[in-house]
Amino acid sequence: MQTLLTFLSSEPIRLLVALVAIMSFVGANAAYLVWVERKGAGRFQRRPGPTEVGWAGLLQPIADAAKLLSKQLIVPPGVDRALFRLAPVLMMPPALMSLAVIPWGESLAARDINVGLLMIFAFGSINVMAIMLGGWSSRNKYAIMSAARVVSQNVAYEIPMLLVVITMILVTGTMNLNEIVRQQAGPFWHWNLFRVWVNPLMPVTFLIFFICMLAETNRAPFDMAEAESELVAGAFTEYSSMGFGVFFMAEYANILLGCALGTVLFLGGWQSPIGLWPGVFWFLLKLYLLVFSVVWIRWTFPRTQFYGLLNLSWKILIPVSLFTLALSAAMMKLLRL
Amino acid sequence: MKKTALEILQGLRSLLIGLRITLREFFKPAVTVHYPHETLKIPPRFRGHIELVRDPETGRAICYSCKLCERACPSDCITVDGAKLEGAKKKSVTKYILDFTKCSLCGSCVEACRDSAIRFSRDYNLAGLSKDEFVMDLFKKLEDEARAAGLREAPAAVEPPPAPAESARTAGAAAPAPLKTS
Amino acid sequence: MLVKENLQTGANGRETFVLNLGPQHPATHGVLRVKMEMDGEYVMRAEPVCGYIHRMQEKMGENRTYAQFLPNTSRIDYLSAMNYTHAFVGAVERALKLQIPPRVEFIRVITSELNRISSHLVWWGAFLLDLGGFTPLLYAFDDREKILDLLEGISGARLTYCYYRIGGLYNDVDDEFLEGTRAFVKHMRPRLDMYRDLVTDNIILRKRLEGIGPISAELCRRYGACGPVMRGSGVPYDVRRAEPYSVYPEFDFEIPVFPEGDSMARYRVRMEELEQSLRIIEQALDKLPAGPVMADKVPRVLKLPAGDYCYAVEAARGRFLVRIVSDGKEQAYRVKLRTPCLSNLSLFEEASRGMLLPDALALMGSLDLVIPDIDR
Repeated sequence: MQTLLTFLSSEPIRLLVALVAIMSFVGANAAYLVWVERKGAGRFQRRPGPTEVGWAGLLQPIADAAKLLSKQLIVPPGVDRALFRLAPVLMMPPALMSLAVIPWGESLAARDINVGLLMIFAFGSINVMAIMLGGWSSRNKYAIMSAARVVSQNVAYEIPMLLVVITMILVTGTMNLNEIVRQQAGPFWHWNLFRVWVNPLMPVTFLIFFICMLAETNRAPFDMAEAESELVAGAFTEYSSMGFGVFFMAEYANILLGCALGTVLFLGGWQSPIGLWPGVFWFLLKLYLLVFSVVWIRWTFPRTQFYGLLNLSWKILIPVSLFTLALSAAMMKLLRL
Repeated sequence: MKKTALEILQGLRSLLIGLRITLREFFKPAVTVHYPHETLKIPPRFRGHIELVRDPETGRAICYSCKLCERACPSDCITVDGAKLEGAKKKSVTKYILDFTKCSLCGSCVEACRDSAIRFSRDYNLAGLSKDEFVMDLFKKLEDEARAAGLREAPAAVEPPPAPAESARTAGAAAPAPLKTS
Repeated sequence: MLVKENLQTGANGRETFVLNLGPQHPATHGVLRVKMEMDGEYVMRAEPVCGYIHRMQEKMGENRTYAQFLPNTSRIDYLSAMNYTHAFVGAVERALKLQIPPRVEFIRVITSELNRISSHLVWWGAFLLDLGGFTPLLYAFDDREKILDLLEGISGARLTYCYYRIGGLYNDVDDEFLEGTRAFVKHMRPRLDMYRDLVTDNIILRKRLEGIGPISAELCRRYGACGPVMRGSGVPYDVRRAEPYSVYPEFDFEIPVFPEGDSMARYRVRMEELEQSLRIIEQALDKLPAGPVMADKVPRVLKLPAGDYCYAVEAARGRFLVRIVSDGKEQAYRVKLRTPCLSNLSLFEEASRGMLLPDALALMGSLDLVIPDIDR
C-alpha cells in the first residue's frame, strides 16, 4: 500500500496526470472556444448565435466535430504526400508542450523549468513551419500565396515579441514563470503591468505584446492566412475533414497559450487581488478576459493590408520595443536594482 | 517624427472608440426573430400568390373568366376557363391555373381585373416537394375551402361543361393574347 | 493545376501566372469572372469576363407590352429597383405626354431615396465584408430592415418592388408609412454617426483605402464611368442636378464631391449621399401634397407614338438611361438600357494594373458593382 502511494505520487506519474489534464483542457477549450467565438460574434452583431443544438447551442462544437470526423480525408493527387499529412500533425504539439510550463496555480505547473520562457519561444516557431508546409505541399496557387504571407508575417512579429519578453526578463530577473508570478504577489497594483517605476512604458509593452500575440496566432485584424474573401481558405484550402479541424484547434490552442503567457507575464498569473479564492480560479478568470478581448477585437476591426501589417511591425513596433528595452535597462541601472 | 507619433496616437484612439461601440452593442438585445419558433406579423398589403375572391352574397367566386388577367400577365402564368351556368347572364369560372413557378408578383393581373375578383394572398411560407405543387388551380382551392368551411354540402355548383360544342366555343375564346416569340 | 505549366513570360521578362477570380468567389458580388495575370502578388492584367447572368432584358422589352415590362425593370439592378422603374415609367410617360399628379412625383422621390439609402447600406456592409470586418454588415442590415418594412407596407414587396405604374402608383401610401418614414429618418442620423466612428474614422480602414486605386477624372471620362465613382474623382455630375427630372429641383440638397480619386473618396461620397438622401426625404415628407395617385386619361392599351424617347435617372450606382424606340405598336421596337455598372467595370482593367491583389479587390468593391446590372 505504501509503495503504491509513493509510486502514485512520484514524479513520472504526476507529470503524466498533468499532461493528460493539459491535453484535455486544450481539447475542451479548442472545441468550446469556437462556441464562445460564435456566441460572442452573435452578441456583437445583435443576434443570438447558435441556439438550436443543445441548450444555448452548447452541443454545437460536438456536432461540428462529428461532422468533420465523418467527412472523407481527401488527399489531392499530386501533393507532396508526406508533407501534406505532416503539416497538421506539426501544428498542435508546440502549443501543448509550451502549456506544460505555464503555472496554472500555486503548485500547478506540469514542469517547473528554470528557463520556461525560453522553452515557450523555442517551440513557438514550429507552427509557422507547419503552416508553410501545409500551404506548400497543397499544390494550390492560393495556398502557396497564403503560406508565403504567413511566414513573412510571423517572422516580422516574432522580433518585437521577443524584445518585449527580454524586457520582462530584465525587469523580473528570471526566466522561471512561477518565479515571475510570485514576484507579483499582493494587490493588483503589484502586477507587472503597473511596474512603472522600473519601466515607465509598461502598459505600452503590454500592448505590443498583445498585438504581437494577435499577429502570431493569425487572428484578425492580422488574419491574412485565412483571408476568406480573397483567398478562399488560404493555406488550408486543400485540407478537408480533420486536417482542417486540427488546424483550427491548433489556432485556438495557440490563442490560449498566448493569453496564458500574457496573464503570467503582465497580469499577475494566479495571484489574487483580494486573497479569497484559490489561484487557479484567478488565473482562468484573467485568461478568459484576455480571450474575450481577442474575440472582441476580431469582430470589430477590418483586416489590415499586408504591407501595413509589416510596416507596423518593422517600422513601429520594433523601434518602440527597443526603446522600452533600453529605457528599462537605464531605469534599472539608475535605481540600482 | 512628431507627425507619426501623433498619427499613431490618433489611430489608437480611433481603434478604442470602435471597440467601445461594439461593446455597447454587445449588451443590447438581439434584433432577430427566432423563426420558426417566432414569426413576424405579415403586413396587409403583402404580396403572396394570388387567390380568387368570393362574392359574399352568392358564395361563389366573383371571377367570370373574362381573361383580362391572362392577357395582362407578362410571364404567361395564368390560364382561365369558364362556362355559362344555365340561366346565368355571365360565365362562371371553372378552372383557374396559376403557374407560380413563373410568377413575378408584379400585380398586373390584380390591377387588370375590373371586378376585383383576384387579390394577393398572404401566404409566405410555401414549401413543396415537387414543382407540380406550385402549379395551382385557384378555383379548386377556393371550392375546397368552401367545402371545408361547410358552405356547400354537394360538390362544386359549377361543373365543367360536358357538351363538346360548348367546350369548343370556350376553348376558342380562351386563346391567350399572343406574346410574340420571334 | 501545376503552377509551373501556367507560367508565361510577361512583358518585362518576369514569369506570370493566371489566377482566375472565378464566377464563384466571395469577393465578386455576383457572377463575374476576372482573369488576372499575376506576377507574384501584383496584378499585371485583369480582364473581366461578364455575361454569366445575361437574361436578355432588352430583348424582353421587345416582346412585352410596356405595362408587362415593369417587373423586369426592378430586376436589372435589384438593389436600386425603384430608381430603375422610375426611369422606364418616366420614359413612357414622357412619350405619352401624361400629366403626372404632384403627389405621385413626391412619393416617387421619397421611395427612390429610401431605396438609394438601402442600396448604399448593402454596399457598405458588403464592402467591409470584403475588407474583413464582419460586424458592420449586420448593423447595416438592421437599418435596412426598417426601410424594407416601410416599403413592404406600401407595396407588398421587399426587394423587387413593382410599385410604380405608367401614370402613377400601384396604390396610395398610408399614414403608417409617413410616420414610419419620419421615425426612420430620426433613427438613422445617429446611426450614421456611429458608422463614422466605428468604420470611417478607423485607422485600419483608412490605411486600407487611402491612396488605393486612384482613378483620375480623365479616366472616368474615357470610359463613361458615372455616379459615385466619378464624383469621387472630383467631377460634380449628378443627373438630379444636370438633367433634372421629377420634382428634384424643389429640394435643397448637396452633391458630395471629393477630389482625391482614391477608394476613400468614393467611400466618403456614398456615406455623404446617405445623409443627403435623408435630407431630401425630410423635405419631401414636409411638402407632400394631397391628391390622386394616378394620372387621369391613361389609355388602357398603351401605344406610344412612333419615335425615340429617353429618360435618365440618378440610380444608386450612377446614371441609368432608358431609351425606347417605338414604331407605334403595343410593344416597343427597341428598349435600350444604359446601365452604370458596365462603364464602371470597364475602367477596372486599366486602373488595376500593377496593384496588389487585395488592393485590386478593394478597388472593385469601391466601384460598387452589381453584376446583373452589367449583364442585363
